[in-house]
Amino acid sequence: MLFRVFAKDHLINLYDILAVNHIVGPMSKGFDRHGAPLYDFDFIYDFAELQLHYPATIHSLKRFVLPPRETLCTFDLQKDGWQKHVDYNAYKPTVYFGLHACDINALNKLDKVLTGNVYPDPYYAAKRKNMFIIGAGCTPQPFCFCKSMGTDSVLHGFDLFLTDLGDSYFAEIHSARAFAFISSLECREPRQSEHQRFMEVAQERMNLFTCHVDTTDLTKILDLEFQAEVWREWGRKCLSCGTCANVCPTCYCYGIEENVDLGLQHASKTRHLYSCNLIDFAQVAGGHNFRPESHDRLKYRYYHKHRGFVEAFEESLCVGCGRCGQSCLANITVPEVIASVRGEGGDHA
Amino acid sequence: MTAKERTYLGVPVKKPRAAFFEFTSCEGCQLQLLNNEASLVDFLSLLTIVNFREAMTEQSDEYDIAFIEGSITRDDEAEQLKIIRSRAQTLVAMGSCACFGGVNQLKNRFNDLAWVKEQVYGSQAIDTREVLPLSAIVPVDLEIYGCPIKKEEVEKVVTNLVLGKSIDYPRYPVCMECKANHNVCLFDLGQPCLGPITRAGCDAWCPANRLGCWGCRGPAEKPNVGQLRQIMHEHGFTDEQLLDRLECFGGFAQYVTELKRTAKG
Repeated sequence: MLFRVFAKDHLINLYDILAVNHIVGPMSKGFDRHGAPLYDFDFIYDFAELQLHYPATIHSLKRFVLPPRETLCTFDLQKDGWQKHVDYNAYKPTVYFGLHACDINALNKLDKVLTGNVYPDPYYAAKRKNMFIIGAGCTPQPFCFCKSMGTDSVLHGFDLFLTDLGDSYFAEIHSARAFAFISSLECREPRQSEHQRFMEVAQERMNLFTCHVDTTDLTKILDLEFQAEVWREWGRKCLSCGTCANVCPTCYCYGIEENVDLGLQHASKTRHLYSCNLIDFAQVAGGHNFRPESHDRLKYRYYHKHRGFVEAFEESLCVGCGRCGQSCLANITVPEVIASVRGEGGDHA
Repeated sequence: MTAKERTYLGVPVKKPRAAFFEFTSCEGCQLQLLNNEASLVDFLSLLTIVNFREAMTEQSDEYDIAFIEGSITRDDEAEQLKIIRSRAQTLVAMGSCACFGGVNQLKNRFNDLAWVKEQVYGSQAIDTREVLPLSAIVPVDLEIYGCPIKKEEVEKVVTNLVLGKSIDYPRYPVCMECKANHNVCLFDLGQPCLGPITRAGCDAWCPANRLGCWGCRGPAEKPNVGQLRQIMHEHGFTDEQLLDRLECFGGFAQYVTELKRTAKG
């Protein structure tokens, strides 16, 4: 990896170089009822809109690689057959400007499922290959537990990662194209004092984490506590609304729907992201529902994230971004659920 | 309307004879059907329409599918509905009024309907009674939810009906579609919303326009009304505010009774 340092006021130059592409980044989305600012990822059309020092976004950037609804193919229906048209819906390279480590790690995890197997998902891969990712250091929020999940720093899956050193940015360069862009800025190699400052900033950030999840032996504990009463307690609170899966950067379950156009001459196949908490998630042909109870569905969501995925990939599918807990109207949060399953915490439901 | 022969993958498609009727309603749902000019010709050519007061003058009593808008508020409406039922193979309740009673059923909140009648109509009383959904009088084969119905959904239902495909609805709440649209949660903005318990399918039409859901599509399957009540309290809303919304379209009638029993100001 190469490192460079550039003055903060040169960030706009980097933006301008990249702005021939689509740029997606954190931007302001108004204020909540307590007057706190809200942020979300969206297309940025002006450098001034880019809020690089955002605390967290409401949604992950999943919609840009796994849209909630995506037409996979269309059909022209003919008398004796049909013509199929496939479109991966990836037309232009997109720059993702200012992703936190958790969100880059989330993409790396999605890659394992969606591109790292025998049948890669071409719709996801096409968008994924068209990404230029600029990471940005973050300030841990009270709901962030990425440190517990081992996703508080990121080793790969980005082109450039920026850390704020005060009056300059410390850039970790991870790709040749990133090096080319950075080289066209006024930049230089970091001095020894900046190495020092970089490590100080990292340590200061570490000290800000307040939210933790104990993952020690978690796969075994989840197996042991499969019948635990706490699942039913959380199940009673759960609205089965799918909000957690929607804001989650790594939930990828989907359903496929086929529709014939009104004119009966065309048809389409659409993918809808789904959630394992929705009532008919485990309903099969013939009508049987394997998980009609809310607590079962909630439990299996945790089992997939914190047990099944760990057994398959030796890492959790959760990156600890805390979005699910922040968005859950019923206040179901990962740290509290895991603590309750471990027999800690007590008064939660 | 020209009777152009329709085929699907080379197979001729039978055009069902369809009739549209309205009982107590604003007729807005039928208007929705006529609204989308871009697809209107295709829509009309899937069906042989024999009765549609809002769109044509000819009438016939021979039809396969009856699309019915509105709730039942008079005895003669109930009788008329039974006749339609006896003639139609498939009876479709269209919109919140037909499915749940709709806004009309708000008058059922009053214990003394005679008093209401007097307040509204004075000395010129008309024949009107407790508002009922169609299913309280006759068996209903298909319900299309919403106030008003969503044209795209009706088009989908009709296409699948004509092709003999199964018809399915979302069973999950509006939140799912609201999040898919990347809206900011209205509770975060300080507004009440029935999205967490209301059946989706509207694409979160109202929340996307920053209007909290009023539950026009009725309950999602197994809605967690008790939890929403707690959420409303936590966000500073009263049981009365929750009840106002739950009672508005009639879809939540079974939950309203229980809630009223335990409601606090």
